[in-house]
Amino acid sequence: MELLIRQLSKSFDGQTVLNHVNLHLVSGNIYCLMGPSGSGKTTLFHILLGLLKADSGKIEGLRKSKISAVFQEHRLCEAFTPIENVTMVMPHSSGNHKKAKNALVRLLPAACLDRPVSALSGGMKRRVAIIRALLVPFDILIMDEPFTGLDEDTKQEVISYIKEQCEGKLVLISTHQEEDVELLNGIKIHL
Amino acid sequence: MKAGIFPFKKPGIILFWLLVWQAASMAVHNNIILVGPLEVLSALLRQAGLPDFWKTIGYSFGKISLGFLMAFIAGIFAGGAACRFPIIGDLLSPLMALIKSVPVASFVILALIWAGSENLSVIIGFLVVFPMIYIQTIAGIESTDPHLLEMAKVFQMSELKKFFYLYRPALLPYLAAGSRVALGMSWKSGIAAEVIGVPLHSIGEKPYLAKIYLSTADLFAWTLVIILLSMLFETIFLWLLNLASPGIRRKKREGGSVWNS
Repeated sequence: MELLIRQLSKSFDGQTVLNHVNLHLVSGNIYCLMGPSGSGKTTLFHILLGLLKADSGKIEGLRKSKISAVFQEHRLCEAFTPIENVTMVMPHSSGNHKKAKNALVRLLPAACLDRPVSALSGGMKRRVAIIRALLVPFDILIMDEPFTGLDEDTKQEVISYIKEQCEGKLVLISTHQEEDVELLNGIKIHL
Repeated sequence: MKAGIFPFKKPGIILFWLLVWQAASMAVHNNIILVGPLEVLSALLRQAGLPDFWKTIGYSFGKISLGFLMAFIAGIFAGGAACRFPIIGDLLSPLMALIKSVPVASFVILALIWAGSENLSVIIGFLVVFPMIYIQTIAGIESTDPHLLEMAKVFQMSELKKFFYLYRPALLPYLAAGSRVALGMSWKSGIAAEVIGVPLHSIGEKPYLAKIYLSTADLFAWTLVIILLSMLFETIFLWLLNLASPGIRRKKREGGSVWNS
């Protein structure tokens, strides 16, 4: 599948954030969006997720696609466990609990799976948010600075898990780190 | 540490005020104006021995609790509907303002004319509690994190899941706070309505009779019964409401520690 973004523009209170952005994205690739803070990465993601409307421009290939996301903030339900946070967004199935648990123990200590998310560290919450995004069916995965709060070793583990889960999918990741592009074997896009 | 130094602080304070009360009643030396705690206790024991004591308690407890529970459920539904469909909120807004501003005594008289005295405390309990729960429900729903609602939209969560995982945790603290106030108010207004309407076999009938017979000890004894019933109902209801909080058993087990790794 392809995602075609044509002449996309967005302003907030007269301040242009996205100015005639054109992108051609193809599934099977990981695209790393780079650019300074305020360059419009999150705005572009929010438009793709349907949370914002563009002022002008077109996006083709989005309507038929299933989309998943890791937001810039964790956006987890703090009173619930990591397993509950993952299963609550999964389509109803009897094997959800086991599937979520198996995925979570790959990146998190098993002892924290029964605790409410509010009791976890920032890095752990980030991993829960990443696993939540990866366990729903998707064609396009959007990840807004997913490695924030992760140490180097954990980041390596998370990246290899993302690469494993996203084979053949279209992935858009925003990052400030050049090395992330290399680790992800990604395609760099400057905004 | 504090408990070690003053292990009997609370009972001591209660005892102190009971002694002040007893001393005041002895100083006044008039059982109609002020009875002492021992006479109240004796009146209470005498009342408890009467055959219709528990029937009276059951009658009023049932009616006031029914009024409260009906208002609690209706308030949640109406508040939820007002958030979902703003037109319902607009329609209910003048009604809520009216219910909140009209004195309870006026409602009691109206309810007596319209429905008689039998279900008076149900109606009054309902009218006092309904606006409180309605307002708290709206505030609770509106306090739901908009970021989580966006997350739910992206992941296409069903309405049922949104209610269970997003709205419920936001709503419950507001409902608990509203219920604490509403529970006390429902008992005060329910009994006041019974005192005015004097339905047969109600608790409200007893203070009314105590007034006629100038039996201050009975009045105090029944007041004590009302306070205890109100506390009992509040404790049971808030415990049940607490059970609906997400992860309540887990929280008790784990405590509030934060994982720092």
